[in-house]
Amino acid sequence: MKSVFVTVGTTSFDDLIATVSSPAALQVLQSRGYQKLVLQVGRGELKPGPCSSPAVAVEAFRFKDSLAEDLGRADLVISHAGAGSCLETLEKGKPLVVVINEKLMNNHQLELAKQLHRDGHVVCCNCSTLVETLQTMDLTTLKPFPPGQPEKFALFLDKVVGFQ
Amino acid sequence: MEALALLLLLPLLLVPLALLARKRRCRRTPPLRVLVVAGSGGHTTEILRLLSCLSESYSPRHYIFADSDKMSEAKIRSFEQKRAETFPNSQFTLDRIPRSREVRQSWTSSVVTTLYSMLYSLPLTYKLKPDLILCNGPGTCVPVCISALLLGLLGIKRAIIVYVESICRVETLSLSGKILYYFSDYFIVQWPDLKEKYPKSVFLGRIV
Repeated sequence: MKSVFVTVGTTSFDDLIATVSSPAALQVLQSRGYQKLVLQVGRGELKPGPCSSPAVAVEAFRFKDSLAEDLGRADLVISHAGAGSCLETLEKGKPLVVVINEKLMNNHQLELAKQLHRDGHVVCCNCSTLVETLQTMDLTTLKPFPPGQPEKFALFLDKVVGFQ
Repeated sequence: MEALALLLLLPLLLVPLALLARKRRCRRTPPLRVLVVAGSGGHTTEILRLLSCLSESYSPRHYIFADSDKMSEAKIRSFEQKRAETFPNSQFTLDRIPRSREVRQSWTSSVVTTLYSMLYSLPLTYKLKPDLILCNGPGTCVPVCISALLLGLLGIKRAIIVYVESICRVETLSLSGKILYYFSDYFIVQWPDLKEKYPKSVFLGRIV
């Protein structure tokens, strides 16, 4: 069963939750082959009850100690622009749609989301364009996100402290 | 309030003198005593990744984080426990100091709270006398690094200060970064835009 996982990290992002669980969005998701939608709603006020419409099965929760399992099971991840959420998803190799929260306009965390989008690793949109994006996105064009290389840091440090 | 802030800033004017004292870079022999500044959430995760490839020569590791930080201790213990499986003689300690700045705290009051944190970071850094300080952005690193600079200036202990800006910072530096760009020995950025804007920085690509 192809599933979608939506995450807002430790924030609240009711606009995203409302948009992605709207009938229009559910219809688009169904047409693209998804049958399940799991919502991690964080501190938000909106927490849709479990329901199984003919289109897509929806369930929601607030927090877990680790989202590794939910990310692992998902075929598509829709996330807020938080760095932790984005990086954790990309490291698992999952296709990612980043939704910018326009009510947080001066948030520096946009820098990473925009860069990931420029580099072709994620699809990027906001709440008003989410449904259209889900309809038209081509996930096959997303580039894999190579892991960081802490060994380069270790080598650099060895050199500058004079170990080499 | 402004006058008070300026008065409290006077001790920091000693720091440019510390910069003059930093010109000579010394070679070190293992083991290196490392002071690691951890900070809420992502900062701690990133700094532990940075530490993951370091050899046994970087020991003991002394972690410092803010007293209001509830998450870092568990992550650090878990990391060190795993490390002890490979390096049985691994040693580490944990210390807390008052948080030097809340998110979006005003500039003037931040100077006051940072100086207050220094009342703790100075004796702690003096006690630990690290050879190397690693930090990556939480406000806690400012009082710790200033303490280390003062100790160096006074001829007590000269630590190498290495700052790694968070991977979240693509186009602009954090406030800690803007300060420590001038006071660190090595300032590492993870995106090319920042290397261009801050030419004295080091770019190694993505390292977390």
